Amino acid sequence: MAEYQIHRRPTGGLHLAARKTISTATRINRNLAPERLIIPMTQQLGPPATPTVTVGQRVVRGQSVGAPGETPSAAVHAPRAGTVLKLEQRLVPGGNRLVQSPCVVLAVDDESTEPRTEPQGHWPDGHTDRIQAIRTAGIVGLGGAAFPTAEKLATNGSCSTLILNGAECEPYISCDDMLMRESAAEILTGAQTMMSLVGADICLLAIERDKSLALESMAAAIAELGDERIRIATVPSVYPGGGERQLIELLMGEEVPSGHYPIATGCVCQNVATAYALDRLVRAGEPLMTRIVTVTGKGVREPQNVEVPIGTPIRELIQHCGGYVGNVERLILGGSMMGYSVSSDELPVTKATNCVIAAHRDEVRDSYEEWPCIRCGNCAEVCPARLLPQDLLRRSRSYDYQQLDVLGLSDCIECGCCDVVCPSQIPLTDYFRDAKQARRTHERHRRLADTAQSRYLSKQERLRLQQEQTERLQTDLKAQVAADSKLRQETVQAAIDRVRRRRDADDAR
Amino acid sequence: MITGTVILAGLAVALAILLILASRYLPPAADPIADRLEQLLPRVQCAQCGYPGCRAYAEAIAAGNASINRCPPGGDETVRQLASVLGQEPEPLLTDLGHASLDSVARIDEELCIGCNLCAQVCPVDAIVGIPQMMHTIIAGHCTGCELCLPPCPVDCIVLESRDG
Repeated sequence: MAEYQIHRRPTGGLHLAARKTISTATRINRNLAPERLIIPMTQQLGPPATPTVTVGQRVVRGQSVGAPGETPSAAVHAPRAGTVLKLEQRLVPGGNRLVQSPCVVLAVDDESTEPRTEPQGHWPDGHTDRIQAIRTAGIVGLGGAAFPTAEKLATNGSCSTLILNGAECEPYISCDDMLMRESAAEILTGAQTMMSLVGADICLLAIERDKSLALESMAAAIAELGDERIRIATVPSVYPGGGERQLIELLMGEEVPSGHYPIATGCVCQNVATAYALDRLVRAGEPLMTRIVTVTGKGVREPQNVEVPIGTPIRELIQHCGGYVGNVERLILGGSMMGYSVSSDELPVTKATNCVIAAHRDEVRDSYEEWPCIRCGNCAEVCPARLLPQDLLRRSRSYDYQQLDVLGLSDCIECGCCDVVCPSQIPLTDYFRDAKQARRTHERHRRLADTAQSRYLSKQERLRLQQEQTERLQTDLKAQVAADSKLRQETVQAAIDRVRRRRDADDAR
Repeated sequence: MITGTVILAGLAVALAILLILASRYLPPAADPIADRLEQLLPRVQCAQCGYPGCRAYAEAIAAGNASINRCPPGGDETVRQLASVLGQEPEPLLTDLGHASLDSVARIDEELCIGCNLCAQVCPVDAIVGIPQMMHTIIAGHCTGCELCLPPCPVDCIVLESRDG
């Protein structure tokens, strides 16, 4: 098997000190048995799924508890047998903040009783049926964005390359690394299924140079499988090299056009964990019920990777890892770069939660004093999307949406590189997130205003026409009345004249 | 030499006549500044600025008769944008004019509505439907939260709620 040669260097990015070894000492822990599950209907992207169970209902392991809403939305399944306690609105982790979502709260059956399993469906034959099976199984991208895998695989044959993303660039996260070490064969068969679905004739498996154990394990598995189409691409350990667009640019030598999906460059990018989940669906008919989560940071006693049923409260997950230790300054969901801190551990793990960090004070940034921009340009050098963060900052502060569009605000992947290098400690990414949100609101208001104006003008026009019609009617009526009274006067006058003439005639006689 | 002069002079006269005719017979261009200002306003026609509609307010600003801080639904952002177009310093928004907001939407309590139709008559964007003596309802997607329907309602059955999303 020949290694895939990369002919270019990544754009921008940073070499960050890896903190992955904290959580890679032990094998993936697969013994977590939560007592309670809070299963969110919103799994990060698209409209929420609709709960299909009622309070008090018994559900079995693998049963669907949420039917997908409009695309892109995904089905949700119960990872354990249990009883539905509540259906309620709760705060759950979303893309880059907490969002409100309907949730199914499940009391899990005592694990001592045999967990009942829903009869598994078989893997169908036709292409359409297979895509549908993936959709029903609720499989989403497990790299962090949770985009429904079925939508991504339904490519209509325009895909030539499948990129399997094993580049995990966030400093703390190691869940894909551990999965590649332990389940290389399953990942590869999953990848083969994906290749046949999208019609790709080559599969590039991107792994960072410093993950030697994962590289070894995958190389051995490829050699054993003997599939010439799958090739390993060793990529430099640069953050955010594992970002979908960054990885495609590095491997394919072509940028994904702004506002397009990666399929525009003829490739589909899937996370290794997604391939693993797909393989479990094909082999055992299992829907997506669990995911690997890295639990790490100095604030947790036994940092490790855990296979977590979707919906497990973070509190139970941390307890499973030995509980908190020392003075935990901050609890972070997602990586240290792109994650966000939360104030409660009563939040559920979603399909997109790849990491939980319980950080001590010395692990987080200690100063938030913001100084003026000195226009040093460091941010532009590290920006992996080739944007000009200092110009974006200026326009973000003045809400100049037109210029923000010109500067490509929507292409910002919010990786946080510019924050790290900024000597004035400006939280640029926060400004950009805020500006994106404000821009969306502005767009919505703009549309509302346009319809409001046209409706206002048409109402004015209608009122004017009504007014004209009324006036015309009044004029007509007045003319009619005038004509009538004139006629009456004439008739009366004629009668008087007649009488007068007769009287004159009588008098004359 | 003479030919050239004659041609150019003739051309000048002909074009001058054309321009005079055009300025006399073509409709006058609308006030471009008022147009631009109107586009910056939220155009919800709430009239809380004291002018009958956004167009009138934009014209008043363009003529220099109105201050730029009289638009409650536009908020500080609109003030800032108006200021930058007009080359003025932004002024703080006047807060006592009203609370119309594009983020709110009116809702009729259908239990209480008596079908008097007064609200539908004042709605500037025809977002209220209902025939007299029958319960009325508001098309939320068209409602701009202008609050104009609140005062005429004899039974106070209209409330403003925040728009979802």
